[in-house]
Amino acid sequence: MTEITTAGGVTLAKLTGDLDHHTAGLIRTEIDREIKLVRPELLIIDFIGVTFMDSSGIGLIMGRYKLMQDHGGRVVVTRPPSYIKKVLKLAGIDRLTPIKDELDGLLPENKETEKGAKSTDATDRIPQNN
Amino acid sequence: MPRTGSRRIINEMKLIFPAYSENERFARIAVSGFLSQLDPCVDELSDIKTAVSEGVTNAIVHGYREKPGQVLLLLRIFEGGRISIKIQDKGCGIADVEKAMEPLFTTRPEDERAGLGFAIMESFMEDVRVRSTLGKGTTVIMERTVTSRRDRL
Repeated sequence: MTEITTAGGVTLAKLTGDLDHHTAGLIRTEIDREIKLVRPELLIIDFIGVTFMDSSGIGLIMGRYKLMQDHGGRVVVTRPPSYIKKVLKLAGIDRLTPIKDELDGLLPENKETEKGAKSTDATDRIPQNN
Repeated sequence: MPRTGSRRIINEMKLIFPAYSENERFARIAVSGFLSQLDPCVDELSDIKTAVSEGVTNAIVHGYREKPGQVLLLLRIFEGGRISIKIQDKGCGIADVEKAMEPLFTTRPEDERAGLGFAIMESFMEDVRVRSTLGKGTTVIMERTVTSRRDRL
């Protein structure tokens, strides 16, 4: 299950479990729904909870990079475990997006977005109960 | 004793499973379980799992184009810690194997395939051979020597 939160123009997508061809489709749909809704300045794709990743993860990052570029947004990849770093390096993802070992400094007010946090700007969210 | 050429086979496992994407994870776990006999180090095991995932995904996505079919996985452990992994489909085959193995080449960009499957297999394994016939299917055989954690102490 992907945990996606947005605050202050920053969308944080915390991926969990195995990232392969089977799971990538749903993760992509969930992240893209949020991107199209809030058009964040920055998308953080966080890998700390990812237990396995093959080249499907590379396709996922490249696809989100393109989508974010459409409205001038950026992508950062954070906290990949060593076995994922190896795949990222082989694919040359670092030429496309920064890869960081910490979330520090990326989130608004230097604070990690809590689960369920809503954007500080009410106009860029569609109300949940309408 | 069973032999392939001059190499003695210590153990062998043959799996045949339906070409469904939900079975990609099963294939990785089965390979991990089979190789646990060698007590591989964590890095080696994740390299091998990644290579297997690429091969099995290719069979499902490209070989069978996500239509029903069966994937064959044949794993062998040879004396001395050499392993071989064969992944076979009876799908559509590859028109130009050399082209298919070029990094970033993909026939499915709309599906966000990165075109890195074979590059990962070649980088994470020591020897990769591909045989393919149009309309008949594709066979990938990968080999690598696994160093047991016990031997590293």
